[in-house]
Amino acid sequence: MNVEAPDQQVSPPRGRPDSESAAADSATRRNRPRRREGAAWVFLSPWLLGAAVLTLTPMLVSLYLSFTQYDLFTAPEWVGLDNYVHMFTSDPRYWRSAMNTLIYVLVAVPLQLAVALAVALALNSIGRGKGFYRSAFYAPSLLGASMSIALVWRALFNDGGTVDDLLSTFGFDMGGWVNQPGWALLVVALLTIWQFGAPMVIFLAGLQQVPHELYEAAEVDGAGRMRRFLSVTLPMLSPVLFFNLVLQTIQAFQVFTPAFTVSGGRGGPADSTLFYTLYLYDRGFTASHMGYASAMAWVLLVVIGIVTALLFRSARSWVFYNDKG
Amino acid sequence: MVAVRESLPGRRIDWARIGLHVGCLAALLVMLYPLAWLIATSFKPADEVISSLRLLPSRLAMNNYTTALEGVGGVSVLRLIGNSLIISTGAVLGNVISCSLAAYAFARLRFTLRGPLFALMLATIMLPQHAVLIPQYIVFNQLGMVNTFWPLVLPKFLATDAFFVFLTVQFMRGIPKELDEAATLDGCGPFRTFFRIILPLSRPALITTAIFTFIWTWNDFFLQLIYLFEPEKFTITLALRSFVDTSSQSAYGPMFAMSVIALLPIVLFFMAFQRFLVEGMASSGVKG
Repeated sequence: MNVEAPDQQVSPPRGRPDSESAAADSATRRNRPRRREGAAWVFLSPWLLGAAVLTLTPMLVSLYLSFTQYDLFTAPEWVGLDNYVHMFTSDPRYWRSAMNTLIYVLVAVPLQLAVALAVALALNSIGRGKGFYRSAFYAPSLLGASMSIALVWRALFNDGGTVDDLLSTFGFDMGGWVNQPGWALLVVALLTIWQFGAPMVIFLAGLQQVPHELYEAAEVDGAGRMRRFLSVTLPMLSPVLFFNLVLQTIQAFQVFTPAFTVSGGRGGPADSTLFYTLYLYDRGFTASHMGYASAMAWVLLVVIGIVTALLFRSARSWVFYNDKG
Repeated sequence: MVAVRESLPGRRIDWARIGLHVGCLAALLVMLYPLAWLIATSFKPADEVISSLRLLPSRLAMNNYTTALEGVGGVSVLRLIGNSLIISTGAVLGNVISCSLAAYAFARLRFTLRGPLFALMLATIMLPQHAVLIPQYIVFNQLGMVNTFWPLVLPKFLATDAFFVFLTVQFMRGIPKELDEAATLDGCGPFRTFFRIILPLSRPALITTAIFTFIWTWNDFFLQLIYLFEPEKFTITLALRSFVDTSSQSAYGPMFAMSVIALLPIVLFFMAFQRFLVEGMASSGVKG
């Protein structure tokens, strides 16, 4: 991922020998700076309006509401830090939902990325049929987010479902994974891991950018398969790994549809699949505690912000950018 | 067989590569099993659904589909699909138009505050939607737009899906600078340069945006759940929700018939555009 402002690539290259075009460039800038500037704001206006009205203002309003009690019908009533205090000190369901989500993020994201990387490595050296495999492995990433697949998942892992039956024949009689408080969360995680296709495709694209000379040089130096993976592939792939890690982590914190479906809409059994967003929905839109839900949303925002910042900070020590070396 | 001889001397069979193929095919079988199971079950008569270890039904029970076509709560499946189509098509139009406009400004035009605004745009990619959800809901509620399609479509016309702005910026940066310099010399202003040169050349990015927007909007459940509550306004995804609470296995047949119907457009889109989809996904993560 390239997260710099586009200036670097758009600004005219300095010291270009082609003086004619450089002159034309500066002439253009001298003649029509105003028109360009005005045009830019016209092109930007839908986004600007959206950012102001649908993003920044709602964020501030949401922060304000988090200090109120608000049911959508009567005016918001200022309660100070009450929502936050209640959330952190006397709402066990809140903590349950936070812990569930945390466990899910810690299980699903690393496993999904590991599978994605393993499959990408396999496909990268498979030769013929790569295109077919790539598309086939990618398909679940598009379908998996749907309610349909979540329903299938619930049925497969339900009491008497295929997975359950299969495991009983091996002697593990679970009586349905989705009914067991200890296992239901894993069913949701498995659904996420099943959708490893999206990060896999990005890994594959990254693998294709690794210069072949590096492997040859490593081989000349007597590096074995594992050594080449650790010293060449992994560092060269680290920006892509980082991109996938950030994206998947942020998404995982917000998982909703599979949790809603697998748990029958309520986060059961015994709140074991009560995910953060599910509880937020429950507080805000079922119980009409919009203030409390806003406070939950802000805590989520802050947590995702901190986690992302930590990831970016850690990136300095393990992400290797070839073009900046 | 896939015995490849490229760099290997003689006629040695490349066992490692065959192993990879076997492994990948086995993994694919496991991965695609849920889909096969879904299709098979949607044709199973009620008495076979429960003994589900056998994949294929003994006879095709079309009555699951006739039940599914009747829809949910007196609303026919055609109506549900129509609603999904209206919302998804509106979202596609909105995203393609607004995101390409913003992307052109960021990728090709110079203006004050470009750096900070670009950073802001990138930051909103990471913003969880829940942080803006409740105030947005209040606004749409006050505009009388709850239980209409507007809250699901209108934001797309204001480029709120920053991910697609970013994707299109990345793509537009790859278009040779000389082309719009030439256009400028020929007297084209930024508007004509955009419509005549950059937009046609950005087609792959626009198609990627369109397909992803369609599929994600079609699949979306959370926003539809919040904004639509009258059965006539339901989308097909939302209609499937009525099966979430049912645990009786007698409803399995119709439930999975409707699931198949709900997945059909995505599968068709995927088969038609998988090259664009896979490459669009790949290009979003790799330096443009």
